[in-house]
Amino acid sequence: MSTDPIDGPDVPAGAAGGATSGAVATRDHWRKKSFIANPVARWLVYGGVILYVVWTLGTLPIDWARVAEGVERAGRIFGGAFPPSFERSGLLIDGFLESLKIAILATFGGVLLSIPIAFMAARNVVPRAVFYVGRAIIIVARSFHPVIVAIIFVKAVGFGPLAGVLTLIVYSIGFVAKMLAERIEEIDFGQVEAMKAAGAPYLSTLIYAVVPQIMPRQVGLTIYQLDSNLRASAVVGIVGAGGIGSTLANAFGRYDYDFALAITMVIVGAILLSEAVSGQIRKRL
Amino acid sequence: MTLSDLRRDDWSRFSLKQRLQRYGVLALTLLAIGWAVSSIEVIWAWVWDAPEQMGDLFGRMIPPDPSNLSAILRVLWETVNIATIATAFAVILSLPVAWLAAQNTTPNRATLWVGRFILVSSRSINTIIWALLFVAIFGPGIVAGIVAIMFRSIGFVGKLLGEAIEEIDKRPVEALEATGASRFKVIAYAIVPQVMPTFWAVSILRWDINLRESTVLGLVGAGGIGIILQGAIDTFNWREAATVLLAILGLVILGEIVSAWLRRRIL
Amino acid sequence: MLKISDLVKRYGGGEPVLKNLDLTIEGESVVSIIGSSGAGKSTLLRCINRLVEPTSGSITLNDTELTRLRGAELRRARRKIGMVFQGFNLVDRLTVMENVQSGRLGYISTWAALMRRYPKEDIRRAFELMERVGIAHYADKRADELSGGERQRVGVVRALMQKPEILLADEPTASLDPKTSEQIMGLLRDLSRELKLPVLINIHNVHEAKEYTDRIVGMRYGRIIFDDLPAALDQEAMDRIYSGSPAADRAGGLKEAS
Repeated sequence: MSTDPIDGPDVPAGAAGGATSGAVATRDHWRKKSFIANPVARWLVYGGVILYVVWTLGTLPIDWARVAEGVERAGRIFGGAFPPSFERSGLLIDGFLESLKIAILATFGGVLLSIPIAFMAARNVVPRAVFYVGRAIIIVARSFHPVIVAIIFVKAVGFGPLAGVLTLIVYSIGFVAKMLAERIEEIDFGQVEAMKAAGAPYLSTLIYAVVPQIMPRQVGLTIYQLDSNLRASAVVGIVGAGGIGSTLANAFGRYDYDFALAITMVIVGAILLSEAVSGQIRKRL
Repeated sequence: MTLSDLRRDDWSRFSLKQRLQRYGVLALTLLAIGWAVSSIEVIWAWVWDAPEQMGDLFGRMIPPDPSNLSAILRVLWETVNIATIATAFAVILSLPVAWLAAQNTTPNRATLWVGRFILVSSRSINTIIWALLFVAIFGPGIVAGIVAIMFRSIGFVGKLLGEAIEEIDKRPVEALEATGASRFKVIAYAIVPQVMPTFWAVSILRWDINLRESTVLGLVGAGGIGIILQGAIDTFNWREAATVLLAILGLVILGEIVSAWLRRRIL
Repeated sequence: MLKISDLVKRYGGGEPVLKNLDLTIEGESVVSIIGSSGAGKSTLLRCINRLVEPTSGSITLNDTELTRLRGAELRRARRKIGMVFQGFNLVDRLTVMENVQSGRLGYISTWAALMRRYPKEDIRRAFELMERVGIAHYADKRADELSGGERQRVGVVRALMQKPEILLADEPTASLDPKTSEQIMGLLRDLSRELKLPVLINIHNVHEAKEYTDRIVGMRYGRIIFDDLPAALDQEAMDRIYSGSPAADRAGGLKEAS
């Protein structure tokens, strides 16, 4: 009889194996085959995970006195936040409209720039060297969180919505160009060959044979990205890139917690609304 | 979209109503862009100046300064820990939330709305905003970061998991109910195995996202590599900032490779 | 002994699906219920183990009144009623052994269920039953790796693991090809004899009903209009059961393609 350890309920059911060949005549023993077949490897993995969790949690610099104080402070924050104050709704509306403008312009600019970058990053329509450049642009744009990009733009072009627009253009490229490039790689190449056979120049081939095939996806992506940009614009504002996020950061900085709660509520409402609208439109496309 | 409208309309590929609709959408788009451009508060001279400013900035980043590399790598490891621990806790905490928020497992209508409320509030508030709040509560440091990422992730994981629960094959559930198994055992045997693949896929995906999110927590004081970046930028130490940026790039790419490997291994 | 009396099931405010139905099953006989789609066969079966709530009437299994049981009492009663389904209703991602042992879930502790630490006698019984139906070598295979007939065998063993006092089978062969279908029917008949177990089978295929069961119950529009030995099912009875329904064409001994 084997001495297999107990398998936890979290072991996925992917462990399929052959018959229990060496079984005795009256078989009254059965154990689920473990996901990691080798017991040594399995215990190393389990042990490693436990060690990691214990070690990281153990070394967390939690200052319990500070936390106790913090909970008290949280009480003050929430106490100060209720009821939410819509007194300065003028400021709130301005901030929100600015976020909307940032999102619209960034979507427009981002989608426009995404098209050439997506073509560059599609293996099947450009030479290898160009492909690597295109992919590198997308990887860099995707890897940096918009807040990091925003900080750099704020330093370069100053506080305000311009930094926000530039940030979200980069953010849009990271997503739209990636998805679009994948779509281009999946296109029906027969049409491209037909155009080439008709003697069409390279650019015309791209526009006539490839663009119509990727358009439906592009429209869907644009609407999705507008929604994403509206969300993100609330965040990049916190580091000074304009929009309602800046309004929120200011309110927080001045301990106006009731105004901050009002802003947060507007942001949440706007995000839910834009998600619902964009979902509806994309469903109908 | 605009490009294809013009080209396609020359052929009259669309009916009059479709064409009017298309022109309508086009006009609306242009109007929105026009409104945004005309009323946004930017100094246009700065816009034309922006490429030069950016070039200047990147010029000052070269060559990256690696003198602080060991400290950077240590904090980078801390960033990974924030993302990993926060994901692990969020995934565990999202299980009961998903169970509440799925129509076919929730005990009653009230619990369904509790579940949905948790998901919506968690999902609609960005990590950075959660971090602002928790820095105020816990003070600056990585604890605030972990809790912030956890709060944001619960909604993400819980929503996708809840949807997976709603989409399961209900026939095994019926069969196990017919054997006289308790509610809990029915969940463990008929529902859990069906949502396992989604569970792993979503956890890995969220870990990948959280890796990126945890790089910016430091900017609001919630721990991780962001603190060093902020420090370098504030002191105009652009060469060190460049090193940090490269380190983040490496981390994120490595994270993507690891999550792709895990996905292949587990799913 | 299963005794159903005056059973009514009505969905919403419409026409009842089961109309004052009476049926008694004694001993270890194999009883088939035939009738066109919508006659109420499936509802009848599901009323017995309360997957469907009867509107009124009484169902007793070995002197336990089933219709009024709730919570833990209902679960205890369900343990005694095995059920086999048309779509097998296995958990695809679990192994055959886990699927089989899930028939014991009503008996074992939650801890044992979660940890897959099944009692020795349960494992022995599982291997015996699986050996009997010819799937023992699949114990560690995932359920979705098996063919239809093998999957239904897992379904049968799962139900038998409950040590049931009666076995219900809801169209157990409708998803199988003709040959496999006959094998499963033969298996159900033989197991009924070996385990002294009454079996109640919903079935579309009249030929199989006549061939493999001891008694045929014909249903039409929620009522039992035929109840006799297979030999007594003549063309006239068939016409009464199936008249004016598309199922009549399929009922003449032809096998279903689905």
